[in-house]
Amino acid sequence: MALRHPDRVVPPSGPTAWLTTATAAAMAFLAVFALALALASGRLADRWSEGLASSATIRISAPADQMAAQTQAVLDLLGTTPGIASARALDATEERALLEPWFGPDLPLESLPIPKLIEVVEDGSGYDAEGLRLRLSAEAPGAVLDDHTRWRAPLAVAADRLRLFGIASLVLILGTMGAMITLAANAALATNAQVIRVLRLVGARDAYIARAFVRRFTLRALGGAAVGTLLGMAAVAALPDADAAGGFLTGLGFQGIGWLLPLLLPPLAGLVAFVATRMAAFAKLKELT
Amino acid sequence: MHHNRLNPPRNRARWQHIRPFHLAPGGGFHVIAFENVAYGYGAAELLSEVSLRLSPGSFHFLTGPSGAGKSTFLKLCYAELRPTKGRITLFDRDVTALSRDDVARSRRRIGIVHQDVQFLDHLPLASNVTLPLTVAERDAAVSDLTDLLGWVGLAHLADALPPQLSGGERQRAAIARAVIVSPDLILADEPTGNVDWEMSLRLLSLLVELNRMGKTVLVATHDLNLIRTAKQQVAARVLRIKDRRVQLAGAEL
Repeated sequence: MALRHPDRVVPPSGPTAWLTTATAAAMAFLAVFALALALASGRLADRWSEGLASSATIRISAPADQMAAQTQAVLDLLGTTPGIASARALDATEERALLEPWFGPDLPLESLPIPKLIEVVEDGSGYDAEGLRLRLSAEAPGAVLDDHTRWRAPLAVAADRLRLFGIASLVLILGTMGAMITLAANAALATNAQVIRVLRLVGARDAYIARAFVRRFTLRALGGAAVGTLLGMAAVAALPDADAAGGFLTGLGFQGIGWLLPLLLPPLAGLVAFVATRMAAFAKLKELT
Repeated sequence: MHHNRLNPPRNRARWQHIRPFHLAPGGGFHVIAFENVAYGYGAAELLSEVSLRLSPGSFHFLTGPSGAGKSTFLKLCYAELRPTKGRITLFDRDVTALSRDDVARSRRRIGIVHQDVQFLDHLPLASNVTLPLTVAERDAAVSDLTDLLGWVGLAHLADALPPQLSGGERQRAAIARAVIVSPDLILADEPTGNVDWEMSLRLLSLLVELNRMGKTVLVATHDLNLIRTAKQQVAARVLRIKDRRVQLAGAEL
């Protein structure tokens, strides 16, 4: 005849019940986006970092009759430059493909003074860009080292920071949830002061009373966070797909095994609720002596 | 079925189990012992120089005018309050040395009945009566609970919620809750304060019955008629609080 679960000794309803569940749901919803932001920023930072390490372009603008000679001179120079893994001149088809988005498919490339492009692939150690520029100016006056990937450096740093902000947001969201659950638990303990008095009178230890509240708040947070997480995942899934031209915003989401990560949020929310309620309960019970 | 009179438990042995008392070295065991105890709020002392001992199986009344300190005395007995002076031993342990868990464990050996008895209003009577077992993480046999509720005349109200009970029913439910763990000591604070005379006699009979089972009983009351009636049924001693001191009352009671 004894009650099976300690939490039954606490009245089942009250304003704090919905508050806890709704808070956990809202925070988990936001946490899904913070997690998505952190993961997307991480991918972006990695992509830009990889871009940094891989390639550069040399643009040769020379009169038509000197173009072939300067191109060959640059290729020869690059072949003897430390830190360069490979270098090759783009052919007409590749150049046309590059210009097609701006000028359309029927560009008469042969009749236009289009610069020659040489794709340079670095090796792991990298090369001396300033030294290369000096040598180019000497060997091929029309060649310009277009170190175009360098602009990505601050962006990669920014993406890294964005990833940190995402993680910090996640921590703040969980901390806020813990604080709100602590307030709700304190309110529930104060509201149920008579219940606590009765329990103490019949010999309940603080651990038993605390367990009754902790179990209830943990389950509420777990349930609320599960709902919030599923809604958040659905919202992220509804975002437009990432594509080549999409950039960062359309890439905000989860990929592959990353979809499993948000599922860690409900147990994490439960853990936060467990710790927050337990600390609040023992502090309040000591105060209610 | 409504019970108009007390129904003694069918299996009294279930409820008269008494833990073996250990004799203290150099003297007999006392359920509660006060040694020169004082208690006060701030500078004002409500109780002073209180020294007494309650032996196992004894029946005591505690009387005195309203505000004399009867409830405070009982709270000292179950360690709700700590003495400002002197020493109280509860089941041979100094209450000032008891941890919070120790206090909780000690209360499982005490049945407490208040005038304004409080229950968990969202739970049915049966769950409220078994609450001391629940918090001790023990189970109660259904037959034992039915037996106990029958004894206090509340078997038909097992599923009722506390707000649905009358004053007398609440007091009897409180007694059932107090004895379900077979406590060594029963402390009752004005248990008949909110009920009519007929119900007072029924509650008194329950307390006398428990005392005959071997329980130590201490009842705080200002109802001298109740005390006189009880003394016809049981060898009760009367303690009186007068001028902040607890004295053994004379034969005038």
